Amino acid sequence: MKIVVPLKQVPDLVEDLELNDDGTGLDYEYLKMKLNEWDDHALEEAILTKEAGDAEVIAVALDGEDVDKMLFTALAKGADKAVKITGANPYAGNHEMAKVLANAISGMSPDLVLVGVQSAGDSDGWLAPLLAAHLGMPSVSVVTGLQVSGNTATVHKEYSGGIMAEFDVELPGVIGIQAARQTPRYAPVSKVRQIQQSATIEEVAAGDLGDVVTSTVEEMKHPEKGGGAKMLSDVEEIVEVLKEKGVA
Amino acid sequence: MGDILVVAEHLNGQLDEATFELIGMANGLGNTVVALIGGTDEMVSQLGAASKVVKVDAAADFNPESYGAALGAVADTVNPQVVLTTGSSMGMELANSLSAQKNWPLAVAATGVSANGSVKAQAALFGGKIIATTDLGSGPCIVAVVGGSAPADAGRKEGSPAVETVDAPAGAGKVHFKKLIMPESADVDITTKDVLVAIGRGIGSKDDIEVAEELAEALDAAVAASRPIIDAGWLPKSRQVGKSGLKVKPKVYIALGISGAPEHLEGMKNSSTIIAINSDKNAPIFDVAHYGMVADLFDVVEELTEALD
Amino acid sequence: MTFKTMVRKEKEQKSSFVEKDSAIVDGIDISGHWNKMYQPREVMNYDITPLEDLRALPGAESIGNCYQCAQCIGVCPIDNVGDYGPRKIYRKLQLGMNLLESVDLWQCTTCMNCLRVCPKEVNMIDIMPAAREKAILDGKEVPAELQEMFQNCAEYGNPMGESPRKRARWAKKADVEVKDLSKNPEPVDVLWFVGDYYAYHGRGNDAAQAMARVLTKLGVNFGTLGAEERCDGDSQRLAGEKGLYEMLAEHNIEKFNSLDFKKMVVSGPHAYNAIKNEYPKMGGTYDVDHYTQFLSAMMDKLKPLMTKEFGKKVTFHDPCYLGRHNGEYEAPRTLLNAIPGIQFSEMFRNKEQGYCCGGGGGGMWLDGFMADNINERLSENRVKEAIAVGAEVLAVCCPYEVSRFEDAVKSTGNEGKLEVLDIIEIIDRCIEE
Repeated sequence: MKIVVPLKQVPDLVEDLELNDDGTGLDYEYLKMKLNEWDDHALEEAILTKEAGDAEVIAVALDGEDVDKMLFTALAKGADKAVKITGANPYAGNHEMAKVLANAISGMSPDLVLVGVQSAGDSDGWLAPLLAAHLGMPSVSVVTGLQVSGNTATVHKEYSGGIMAEFDVELPGVIGIQAARQTPRYAPVSKVRQIQQSATIEEVAAGDLGDVVTSTVEEMKHPEKGGGAKMLSDVEEIVEVLKEKGVA
Repeated sequence: MGDILVVAEHLNGQLDEATFELIGMANGLGNTVVALIGGTDEMVSQLGAASKVVKVDAAADFNPESYGAALGAVADTVNPQVVLTTGSSMGMELANSLSAQKNWPLAVAATGVSANGSVKAQAALFGGKIIATTDLGSGPCIVAVVGGSAPADAGRKEGSPAVETVDAPAGAGKVHFKKLIMPESADVDITTKDVLVAIGRGIGSKDDIEVAEELAEALDAAVAASRPIIDAGWLPKSRQVGKSGLKVKPKVYIALGISGAPEHLEGMKNSSTIIAINSDKNAPIFDVAHYGMVADLFDVVEELTEALD
Repeated sequence: MTFKTMVRKEKEQKSSFVEKDSAIVDGIDISGHWNKMYQPREVMNYDITPLEDLRALPGAESIGNCYQCAQCIGVCPIDNVGDYGPRKIYRKLQLGMNLLESVDLWQCTTCMNCLRVCPKEVNMIDIMPAAREKAILDGKEVPAELQEMFQNCAEYGNPMGESPRKRARWAKKADVEVKDLSKNPEPVDVLWFVGDYYAYHGRGNDAAQAMARVLTKLGVNFGTLGAEERCDGDSQRLAGEKGLYEMLAEHNIEKFNSLDFKKMVVSGPHAYNAIKNEYPKMGGTYDVDHYTQFLSAMMDKLKPLMTKEFGKKVTFHDPCYLGRHNGEYEAPRTLLNAIPGIQFSEMFRNKEQGYCCGGGGGGMWLDGFMADNINERLSENRVKEAIAVGAEVLAVCCPYEVSRFEDAVKSTGNEGKLEVLDIIEIIDRCIEE
């Protein structure tokens, strides 16, 4: 079985997000990028599936800053192959990214595509269903449990209030992963470095995108801070509030 | 002004509260038509605030594939300027599916929509650190709205709106619904408590939950939590507040070490009084809280528990 | 398998015996049950492959030296509160335990007290990192909190996962100028390696700011690496993430080598150990002092500055990595004894026999894991000792310790009775503005 996992880099929220001069987007020059945490779960789920049976895991990413390191880390964790798509905008929205990925992935004829269900900056949708539409595959997102048997993936999709729905998806298909069965594994630095020496990252050029439906972000700003909360300085004030509300 | 198509959402035979929020929102934008896929007549009778309901007879249980195809068929009949879906696990599937089918632009994580000429959506992105306004053109377009962005009461009205029925299209048939899995019976019902003591990542370790439990005891409250605590297995799923957890509206919500990601805020921002204690003065939770305190949560909680005993 | 089950199994294996029907020894008939005796038992009837496998790891060879004298058990800080000790490791290995998959792999704090008393020089400070490295590379289960710390260090260069850009932020509130050599690489006499906890932890910030003020008062021409400094990597090395240690060390060495300074001063014993003993192996050799050493060599200048009284009962906790690992017991005591008005008393376990705080060898990020294996945190045990000798202040000089001991003061119910202060904070308080 062949499992493709697209990996996306997102701004690391540990740093303050700087905006570009005209306030229409982030200033990527000053951002630290990291692997989207949901993609890390998708990769983990792929590797667990591989370990439970027989599968080849291919990590795919759009070329950009530090992408090599991210792909080598994926190899160190257990991916079998890493592919980098060159000539595409790594900061593109999900509609455009879905098209770029679909062009690259369709040639790989995967049985399963595992995608992180979302990323912190998603403003135009989810990658998994958009990618599935281009690939002509079925898809289910917000999945926390995945079991593959033959040509069927049995998935658990999360709803609110702890309710879940079980679906059978006929493969090939695209699954949007909410959480892997276990915490994504850590790749020891020496292993990443060792792989950096020995492994190669395949490159493919981004194909023709044609028309992509996009929405235009016309303004980005930081939310006004502390507008709501009345700041208290000691515990007695909290007790006062609780008494006032009749709960203490 | 064109029609605003609201996609109703239901689970386990019940219309979701968010449907009414969307209808209220849509009524402020134009002529509201509700798409009800796989719903019942009983549901239709709750949609009195809409001018029309377009109904698709489909299986009662949501299926991203068949419901997506059905929504496509409804959209063809209605030809809306804006389609509003919820931002939930179901709503997002439908929003994305429709965008892919029709090539209509889509904005998600929306907290507000306006339609004066061009349709604009406001969204909280990057864990609430950025507020973005997206221009979706003159329509048709799709907006997935975060729960709790509008009052539900404005869109909740009994009545008998005009009903048009659309045939369910044959989907690709590759996704098969098997069953609903209900959560293990909850030990405590956090949705009925007057006071909740909610903990987040800032609590640090499982053993420290005890500190929150002691405070909860002193207030006759229950301990709730944000997603990371549930994911770590420190508390059962029945205690989770937020987008994928429960929506709560207690009299007092005490948020301890919760930074306030939009997914969490969605579940608690309608609480009557929110008191947030966090060591990070920039935490987004302080934007929705009524009272805030920048402090080490352990110091505060211990002192507070003592003061209440 | 627990140690007790292993011992029980061992006993079961012993129970086979022989009994000759007819036996006459020296003319005396001891036929029948009179001659019942245990069958000679081969000691090698255990599978000792795990022991041999461990011994084959570079660094772990000395595990084979153990002859079970158990001197280590008496001094092991973990055995004091739990059921882990170097001798027990050897015995369990003989009985077939795979250390790489055992909870015992993560319990050692590398405090070095066992090596101090071991007649066979079984060196846990080398054995444990070697075994841990193998476990990590083999993809064995690593305690989640430790794994998160590795991830943070790999991504951000500090265990807290804080923004590297904010590393020098503490300096804004120091009230004195702190030269940031990463921005303006001018020659200085002293390059001060600030360290993670001084840079990011709230209580560490207090100590860092105190240090900046004291150095300034002393007229020392010093600077820091600012936002370019990274975690020293020593605890990561000892916790088995050697590649991560190398990456951090390479970064720091490159930055050090780009600067013009005469001496390096470090805030913490772990950074001291790394830079003094480990960085040279990677080509970075520097004249480095722990801050207590640097300051105690300047007493003629420092003493006249300390004019304010600090009339409190103080005791001192020897950091394992300053004391046992690097033989420095006097420098911190020289400083403490020079504090005006101080009433200093030693704890029962001091200097060479100092008790570990539990933070070394990765223990700083294993508190949750250890809670399941010990009945009392090491820091709690130590805080009780400080209270027992009548101290009002527990003085420390390792940046890990302030938060560890402050937690322990609270969890042992001694809040308000014992204050935990870095020695540099006490010195700062005694200097007139």
